[in-house]
Amino acid sequence: MKVAHFIGRAPIRSILLIASAFALAVAAHALPGPAQTAQAASVAHYTLTNGLELVVIPDHRAPVVTHMIWYKVGSADETPGQSGLAHFLEHLMFKGTAKNPAGRFSQTLATIGGQENAFTSNDFTAFFQRTSREHLASLMEFEADRMTGLVLTDENVLPELQVVLEEWNMRVGNDPGARLGEQVTAALYLNHPYHRPVIGWRNEIVKLTREDALAFYRRFYTPNNAVVVVAGDVSAEEAKQMAEATYGKVAQRAAIGPRVRPGEPQPEPSAVRHLVLADQRVAQASLQRSYLVPSIATAQPGEAEAIEVLVHALGSGSTSRLYRELIAEKGLAADAGAWYQDASLDMSRLGVYGTPRPGVTLHQLEDAIDGVIAEVIEKGLTPEEIERAKNRMIAAYVYAQDNQSSLARLYGAALTTGSSVEEVQSRPERLRAVTAEAVNAAARHWLDSRRSVTGYLVHDLKQSEEKRS
Amino acid sequence: MTLYGGYGVMRRALFALVLLALAAGPAGATAIERVISPGGIEAWLVRQPSVPLVAMDFAMVGGANEDPADKAGVAHLVASTIDEGAGDLDAAAYHKRLEDNAIELSFTANRDHFRGSLRTLTANRDLAFDTLRLSLTAPRFDTDAVERIRTQILTDLRRATTSPGDLASDAWWHAAFPNHPYGRPVNGTLDSMARITIGDLRDYAHRVFARSTLKIAIVGDIDAATAGRLIDKAFGALPAQAELAPVPAADPQGLGRRIVVDLDVPQSVIMFGGPGIARNDPDFFAAYLVNHILGGGAMSSRLYTEVREKRGLAYGVSTGLVPLAHAQLISGSTATRADRTADTLDIIDQEMKKLAENGPTEQELEKTKSFLKGSYGLYFDTSTKIAAQLVQIQLDNLGIDYIDRRNGMIDAVTRADAQRMAKRLFDGQMLVTVVGRPQGVTSKDLSASGSGG
Repeated sequence: MKVAHFIGRAPIRSILLIASAFALAVAAHALPGPAQTAQAASVAHYTLTNGLELVVIPDHRAPVVTHMIWYKVGSADETPGQSGLAHFLEHLMFKGTAKNPAGRFSQTLATIGGQENAFTSNDFTAFFQRTSREHLASLMEFEADRMTGLVLTDENVLPELQVVLEEWNMRVGNDPGARLGEQVTAALYLNHPYHRPVIGWRNEIVKLTREDALAFYRRFYTPNNAVVVVAGDVSAEEAKQMAEATYGKVAQRAAIGPRVRPGEPQPEPSAVRHLVLADQRVAQASLQRSYLVPSIATAQPGEAEAIEVLVHALGSGSTSRLYRELIAEKGLAADAGAWYQDASLDMSRLGVYGTPRPGVTLHQLEDAIDGVIAEVIEKGLTPEEIERAKNRMIAAYVYAQDNQSSLARLYGAALTTGSSVEEVQSRPERLRAVTAEAVNAAARHWLDSRRSVTGYLVHDLKQSEEKRS
Repeated sequence: MTLYGGYGVMRRALFALVLLALAAGPAGATAIERVISPGGIEAWLVRQPSVPLVAMDFAMVGGANEDPADKAGVAHLVASTIDEGAGDLDAAAYHKRLEDNAIELSFTANRDHFRGSLRTLTANRDLAFDTLRLSLTAPRFDTDAVERIRTQILTDLRRATTSPGDLASDAWWHAAFPNHPYGRPVNGTLDSMARITIGDLRDYAHRVFARSTLKIAIVGDIDAATAGRLIDKAFGALPAQAELAPVPAADPQGLGRRIVVDLDVPQSVIMFGGPGIARNDPDFFAAYLVNHILGGGAMSSRLYTEVREKRGLAYGVSTGLVPLAHAQLISGSTATRADRTADTLDIIDQEMKKLAENGPTEQELEKTKSFLKGSYGLYFDTSTKIAAQLVQIQLDNLGIDYIDRRNGMIDAVTRADAQRMAKRLFDGQMLVTVVGRPQGVTSKDLSASGSGG
C-alpha cells in the first residue's frame, strides 16, 4: 500500500517489484561504510558524449547481469488532462520498432532465457532485463533501438489501452483501499502534479491516443534524458565500451530543460485535512495519513537522514514506538506503522497507518497515534531507539549488496530523482552522523498535523461518525 | 494488489518448484558442498565469502496439512508466534535481540511444509543461530503475544472476505479438495482461527519440529566446520523423529464445475485448475515445457498473446504446475472486465484444447527449452535465492547433482513427449471459480456440464 506509486507492466512480477520497491525504500539510507563492501567502492559512473549516463555495479559471483534503462520522466511530467500517459507509454514501448518489429525483443528474451519488465513512478520510467552475462551487448542494442525507433499503430495501441484499463480495474477499481490512497495523495498535494495517480484518472486514461503517446515519447525519450544501470558480471570498462557502441550512437532528439513543476503553495497551508472513503466492500476499517516532507533531493543537509531514522524508530518493526504502544501495550491496534519515500524529485511523503482492533473506533485509534507522535515531539526518541534504528538501516545496506537488482534500482532511482552516485555512496556515513538532536528536531518540525491528510477507510459513512472518545 | 493475493499462496507453492525447475546454476557459481554436522545433521553449503553475511533456509515436512480438521490455521499461527518470545526472552526482548543485531529471521507454513529463513551479518552468526534454536525448541507462546498475533491474522482474514483474489482461491481449493486438508485455507478462517488454543500450538511444534524431515541450505561467508557447529547449535536439540498425521493422496474434484461467487467489483477474478503431474515423474519436464508454452512466465505464452496482447482482455494471465506432496495440479488465473468474462473463459478453453490436440510446434519447443536452460542462472544470483533453491531441490529429492543434470533432462524431451503431455494436461475439464459480477456467466455443476471427466 505504501508504494502504490510504483506500477509495473506485467502482473506477477510487478507485484514483486512493488515489494522490492519498499525494501529499497528501507535500504535506501542504509549503506555501509566504504570498508564494508568492495562493491560499493567500485561503482563506476560515466556520461557519454550524447548525454546518456551509465552506472556500472560489478558483481562477479554469478554469471548474470541486470540491465536497466531509466528515463527521467514520470507521471508528474504529464500535461494536465492526460494523466496516465507516462505509464501508458511504458506499456507501448513493448510494441516494436522498424528494426525490431512487434515482439522481437520479448521473443529474443523468451528464447535466451531472460526476464524483463518495466515500471513507472511520479518521476521516472524504467525498463529492465536480466539475462546471463553474454547477452548484455545485445540487450543494449535492443534498448538503444527502442529509445527512438518505436512504431505505434492503432492496431497495437487500442488493445493495450484496454490492458491498462484492466490494470486500473485490478489496482484501483477492485480495491477500495487503493482508492483511498489516491484521495489522500490528491488532497496532500494541492498544487504539485504529484497529486495525480501514476496510473491516471480513469476518465482521462480512456481518452489517451497513439498521437499523445508518440508526442510524449519524442519529447522525453532521448539519450540526454536517460540513465543506464548495469549490475552484475561485467567490468566497468567492458560495459562502457558496449554502451558507447550502442547507446552512444543514438543522437539527441530533444532538448531537456530543468524539471520544474508547480510547487506547493507558500506560505504553507495550515489546514489539518481529514477525509473518509466508504465502500460496502470494506470488511476491515483502517486509517492512513500522509505528511508533506522533504525528499533526499529537496532536504537540507542531514535532514533526510534524520527523517529516515525518525520514521524507522517510530514505525518500522515490532520494537518501534507505534507497535509497542498501540499494539503491544494499549491493545488498540491490530497493525500500525510508518514509512518514508526518500527518493523523490520534489517534496515527498511520510506516512503513518493503522488498523484498529475490534471495538476500537478509527477516532480512538487516531487519537492514540496522535498521542504517540506528541510524546515523540515533546520528549524525543531515546538514544537507544535511535542507535537501534541506525544499526538496522546500515545492516540493511549490507544485505542489499547481496542483490544486484536491488542495487541497480537504488542507483537508478537516485539518479532520476535529483540525487547522485556520490550521495548514495556516502549515505552510510551520513546516517551514522545523525544526532539525536537532529532526529528530534525533524520530529518537531515535520510531524505537524497541519502538514498532513488523514484518510479513513470504512464500510459506511455512519461508521466514521462513531462517537469520538 | 489483492487480485493475486489469494492466488499468491498457491503461486508461492508453485514458484518454489517452478523456479527450482528454472534454476540451473552455472557450475562455478554454485559449487555445493554436502556438510554433515558433528551431530549428524545434513546441510548443503555454498561458500560466498565476498559479502559479509550468512543466509540459511530450512524446511520440515508438515505445513497446514498438520492442522486439526476443525482448526485450520494452526501452522500459520505457529509460524507467526514462534518468534514472539522463546526461552528466557519474552516477545519484546526477543525482537530487541534480533533488531539490535540486525538478524532477520522468519517462518512460514505452506500446505506441505514448515519453512524458516535466517539472514545475519557474519559477525552475529552465533547469536543468530542460537536465537533460532530458542524458537524451535523453547517457544513460549505467551498468552498476550499469541492474542496480539491472532488479532492481526483475524484482521487479515476479515479483509480477505471481500478480496476477489482470496475468494477465488479459497473457493477453488474448497471445491477441489472436499474432506481433505488441501481444501482448508492455509491461513485459517475467522471461525477456526478464533478456536485455536495455545495447547494446539504446542502440540503442533512438538509433532512437526524434528530432525527426521529437516532439509537445510546455507550460503555465504561461512566454512563447512563452522556451518556444522552452528547447525548443531540450532537443530541439534530437536527430537529425532517427527510425529506426522498421515495425509492421503488426492485428485482434484469438481472438474467441469464452474463456481461464481458474487462480489460487487468491476473486474471478474478467475481461477482454474485440474490434474497436473508429480515432480518426480519422468515426464515432468515435458509437462513443464508445455505449461510454459501455454501460460508460463515469459511475456510470449499463448495465453498472454491471445488474451492480453491481441484482445486487451486482461492485465495478466498465467498458468503453472503445482506439484504438491499429496496432489498434482495445473492451475491458472486471470482477471477481466465483467462484460468480457465469458469471452475470456472461452479463449482460455480454446487455447488449451488447441494445444491438447496439436501439441506445441517444434519451434516453440526449442525456444522454450532454450529459455529454461538460459534463465536458470537468474535464480542463483543472491545468497537468499540460492538457499531457497537448494532447500527445494532437497525437498523434491532431486539429488545434489540435479543442477548439473537438469539441462540434459530438458533436452531429452521430444516433441512426441510434449504432445502427449499437452493432451494429458489440457484435454480434460477444469474446475473454474469466478469472483465478481460477470455478465452471462453463471455457476454450473457437473450434471449440467456434460463432463466426461
